[in-house]
Amino acid sequence: MINITVNEKNFRFEKGQTLLDVKKAVKSEADVVIINGFQTDNNIEVNDGDSIVLIKKGEIPSRDEMEFLMAARHTPGIHRMLKKSSAAIAGLGGLGSNIAINLARMGVGKLKIIDFDVVEPSNLNRQQYFIHQIGKKKVDALHETLHQINPYLEYDCENVYITEDKVEKIFSDYQVVLEAFDKAENKAMLIGKFMRIFPEKCIIGASGVAGIYDTKTLGVRKLGENAYIVGDMENEARPGRGLMSTRVAVAAGIQSNLAVRYLTGGL
Amino acid sequence: MNIIVNGENREVVDSLTVKGLLEKLDIKSENVVIELNREIIGKEQFEIAKIKENDQLEIVHFVGGG
Repeated sequence: MINITVNEKNFRFEKGQTLLDVKKAVKSEADVVIINGFQTDNNIEVNDGDSIVLIKKGEIPSRDEMEFLMAARHTPGIHRMLKKSSAAIAGLGGLGSNIAINLARMGVGKLKIIDFDVVEPSNLNRQQYFIHQIGKKKVDALHETLHQINPYLEYDCENVYITEDKVEKIFSDYQVVLEAFDKAENKAMLIGKFMRIFPEKCIIGASGVAGIYDTKTLGVRKLGENAYIVGDMENEARPGRGLMSTRVAVAAGIQSNLAVRYLTGGL
Repeated sequence: MNIIVNGENREVVDSLTVKGLLEKLDIKSENVVIELNREIIGKEQFEIAKIKENDQLEIVHFVGGG
């Protein structure tokens, strides 16, 4: 006999059984089959310890089952680690709004989002807001969206302009901070201050994300033990060189992936 | 004297402060994070901290946009 899990419940099967046998026995109407994070149509043999997910398209699962199914395409073990972790995002513009959505989809258990501004039309070329949210505080608008994407996380929203004296209080409960400000002096202030007061914690910032230049130029510079700066380090936003969705989203993706690697012990 | 800035050797005048170095490099002090011999230094130290022979500095110069 072998032990496997199907939709997070334990089952015992005869050795030599296949995915089709498991589907017939547990949920014959399923039309999505995922084994150990990989969706497949192949009828392969199941092995001891396999994690199998069976989904019927269009069916709304119970609340308990939903969170597990949402992470079914994750590499096994990743969701469990991320669920216990925490991250704070400083600035909810093009970088921060994308990072927040990435980390909510990844299932980072405790997320804090911080900004002082409201949504306005020129944000919509790159930031994850909607026309109907114009005039809303960014923290409230983004919280609505995050809740739609993943309601099973703990969210903390703070509408504040972050100054040096507030850094310690705002970030003390979080393992990793994503610096996603717009202004150079705010970036330098937060990263410098954070590295001095929380040398054991991780901060991931960005610098040089404007334009539509080759995304190969977006690098990662490490500073000290636990700080990383994503970007080309030179292309600042200025008259004639705008900030646009595609390249900003790539930089946000790199920042998000670094955070996930840090939180799962891989950095 | 010789110092190392972002991994590269550089000749500078003796008893230079961090602020003096930034001025020489034409970098605004509010836009940087600086590691002096692997220690992050606060902005309040830029005017005071004297650079010594063979000191290693990492200067991260931030640009705006996000």
